[in-house]
Amino acid sequence: MSFGWAREYEPKTELGRWFDQRLPFPRLVYGSLGGGYPVPRNLNYFWNFGVLSGLMLTVQIVTGIVLAMHYFASADGAFNSVESIMRDVNAGWMLRYAHANGASMFFVAVYIHIFRGLYFGSYKAPRELVWMLGLVIYLLMMATAFMGYVLPWGQMSYWGAQVITGFFSAFPIVGEPLRIFLLGGYAPDQAALNRFFSLHYLLPFVIAGVVILHIWSLHIPGSGNPTGVDVKTEKDTLPFHPFYTAKDGFGVGVFLILYAIFIFFLPNYLGHADNYIPANPLSTPAHIVPEWYFWPFYAILRSFTVDLSIPFTAIVLAPAKLLGVLAMFSSILLLFFLPWLDTSPVRSGNYRPMFKRFFWLLVADVVVLGYIGGAELTPFHTALGQLTSAYYFAHFLIILPLVAKFERPDPLPSSISASVLHGEAEESAPYGLAQTHGAPAPAAAE
Amino acid sequence: MATLGTTSKDAPAAVDDGGVRRRDVLNIAAVSFAGIGAVAAIAPMVVQMAPSADVLAMASTEVDVSKIQPGQAIKTSWRKQPVFIRNLTLKEIAEANAVDVSSLRDPQTLAERTKPGKQNWLITLGVCTHLGCIPLGTGEGENKGPFGGYFCPCHGSAYDTAARIRKGPAPKNLMVPVYEFSSPTVVKIG
Repeated sequence: MSFGWAREYEPKTELGRWFDQRLPFPRLVYGSLGGGYPVPRNLNYFWNFGVLSGLMLTVQIVTGIVLAMHYFASADGAFNSVESIMRDVNAGWMLRYAHANGASMFFVAVYIHIFRGLYFGSYKAPRELVWMLGLVIYLLMMATAFMGYVLPWGQMSYWGAQVITGFFSAFPIVGEPLRIFLLGGYAPDQAALNRFFSLHYLLPFVIAGVVILHIWSLHIPGSGNPTGVDVKTEKDTLPFHPFYTAKDGFGVGVFLILYAIFIFFLPNYLGHADNYIPANPLSTPAHIVPEWYFWPFYAILRSFTVDLSIPFTAIVLAPAKLLGVLAMFSSILLLFFLPWLDTSPVRSGNYRPMFKRFFWLLVADVVVLGYIGGAELTPFHTALGQLTSAYYFAHFLIILPLVAKFERPDPLPSSISASVLHGEAEESAPYGLAQTHGAPAPAAAE
Repeated sequence: MATLGTTSKDAPAAVDDGGVRRRDVLNIAAVSFAGIGAVAAIAPMVVQMAPSADVLAMASTEVDVSKIQPGQAIKTSWRKQPVFIRNLTLKEIAEANAVDVSSLRDPQTLAERTKPGKQNWLITLGVCTHLGCIPLGTGEGENKGPFGGYFCPCHGSAYDTAARIRKGPAPKNLMVPVYEFSSPTVVKIG
């Protein structure tokens, strides 16, 4: 840790000292998650969602390893093995519901974490790599979630695999051979299912590796904070343990309650009934949509309905299908450039009056995109989807650079501790009293 | 005395007398609750390893023994384990009964290992009690070992005509499963 006042790890026992000299693993943990990591003292509850994402990754890996003990990746047997997990395996129903809803809860935590970063400017220098590694994790999560959804080999699994791998066939010339290569066949079948299972088991561990890099790169400058002002002195920070372990512990409790409500009372609320029908390569479900966490991107994909061609000729430059796929991929790749698109030196949205309004517009825009992505296609929905897709790109490519240029930010507090103690000074001088007596307000309590 | 979140100036002195503060109670309650929650969350990960309902449902099997002549044996399967069903000859029964039970490693009489009136039907698991190999001796011409019953080729355990361990490393007689004759010619194992 780069702060000079970070506490040194001191082994309490002779054995601890012996171990520390040979393998300073406890020292590493103490310095990253223990009392040796100074954290800004003013973090709010939005800073819980990193730990919550890590928790959900752990839950997914543990329940996933256990489910893999009972699942078999066979085009004939996968569906039945999942049913056997639900009916015959001891506590299997709970493990599967915990895993399926765990994916959703993981995305809930990660989406809040991402929007926290967008609002408080967590992507800005010196944390650009933290942001970009986070996006890598997000991309890996999407790949993992998609392949996991294919494994039960129900109707939605099968047609999801068909549609998603169909994206690749949009690319000219190489597209269709690439799709066949990825599937190991002309349509999803045994080969595809087996490789998806293999990768679904592998990728979470790749994610865990990138998470370590994500945290490592975060701990070089240290955590950001709601004011966006840099840590200046020891007074600005608190040791991670016990202060933020306790605060995160409370957040974990609340989050697990929500998770448990889904597992025990709404286990199939976020799923699709069609996935309890075994995969049938000869019949597509009437209404085929991805899981909710893909809906905004699905809306962008579906917004492209017209080929791009040279006006008044029949020469097609790019078919609608290709445009949709490119737009969908760019909507995420775009975020890698965010640190350089938003040039405002002020990090926190709290001190950026214009940015703040556009931030909430973006949130609303993504929510509408999500709604469109999950809805049946009507002419109105398509038009709304096209509008909101266009706005999504405009936000990052046009609005953010312009806001950074023309906005006049509010004055920043001189330090984190000043911003924290500001409120206490007012509290200790009750309204109307401190001024009339003319006496100095009592010193703020520590 | 215990303080209850008081902010009066003498509060710090009161804290130091070894009393229980409200925060200690909250701390212990919260950590205990989290501990119980952790155990409750780990339980499904552990119990999923136990045999599932479909495995347990395979717990009994019926075998028609009418075709087995005296001196013959068959190998069948129960709970995915081999079961030996053997129709003993009078000579084999006599041999089994001639042994001094107290001299055996796992003392049991043939009568104890068969059903009353059906002493010729020797039904045992085909799992050597040493390390779980399948002993020889059911098939025509297989090595029945020095005691004329079964012989395990893995480590040389020899069983007699009542499938009792007589020689070699195995500690116990071949196990007799729970079974009953559901008719004079049909055995229900399990």
